[in-house]
Amino acid sequence: MDWTAGLQGLIGGVLIGLSAVWLMGSLGRIAGISGTIGNLITQRTKGDTAWRLAFLAGLISGPLLLMALGGGLGNVAGIPGAVIGEPAGGVPLMLLAGLLVGLGTGLGSGCTSGHGVCGLARLAPRSMAAMGMFLMTAIATVYVVRHVIGVAL
Amino acid sequence: MNSTTVKTAAGYMAGLLFGLGLGISGMTDPARVLGFLDIAGHWDPTLVFVLGSAVGTTFVGYRLVFARGTPLFSHNFQLPTKQELDAKLLGGAALFGIGWGLSGYCPGPAIASMGGGLSQPLLALLVAMVTGWLIADRLNASS
Repeated sequence: MDWTAGLQGLIGGVLIGLSAVWLMGSLGRIAGISGTIGNLITQRTKGDTAWRLAFLAGLISGPLLLMALGGGLGNVAGIPGAVIGEPAGGVPLMLLAGLLVGLGTGLGSGCTSGHGVCGLARLAPRSMAAMGMFLMTAIATVYVVRHVIGVAL
Repeated sequence: MNSTTVKTAAGYMAGLLFGLGLGISGMTDPARVLGFLDIAGHWDPTLVFVLGSAVGTTFVGYRLVFARGTPLFSHNFQLPTKQELDAKLLGGAALFGIGWGLSGYCPGPAIASMGGGLSQPLLALLVAMVTGWLIADRLNASS
């Protein structure tokens, strides 16, 4: 077991939690990525655009800052210190996956952050159900791809 | 400082913490995420640590924040009110899981990964994800 990777996971998780707590404490919002960013494209709620765009800019600048610091603060598997990993497949697979991620989080009102982090912390039954469901289908998908079809994604 | 400036700064701060967290934890690496989802292979437990500490921090932090009564720069907490475990929630979550399992990307890491440059596969995923959001929005409006 890779304890350094686990420790970085713990530290990163605390930062994600602090982000969620800060967004609730300052603006009263759930830190769900699909909702926060998706709203910029779909609903465009009046008066909300500026902070949502700023959140988006912050989200992208986090990893950028880590790379600029250059001290190997990332946690990419097999490449110590690297911050951003490579996509696991080509364009056609990513088009299909992206469509499912967008459609699914749009219909299911949230993703790993909104349901997974914020929802579980609120002990929300809908989020627990959603989390159980997407974990199950994701694990089943990887099982089929890697162990039934036998493609190494 | 007017309220838009303050809210914008607060939003940036939240996004930055989130992006730093994803980068430090390794969640901006699809291989780590797929390694966690691959329970029959060489299992990678990193995501458990990330989710565990994120939920734990949020669980405690939310209680402190809610105890204050109101947010610092807004009038009220905007929390989901829906309770039903309907087909849309579960069906949507099921579809999301398939996409997550095919790519190792959920929305946060996919967007945060733009900082490392826009490869063609990542761009394809992001464009398709936004398209999916737009289709879902239409379906949500018509139901």
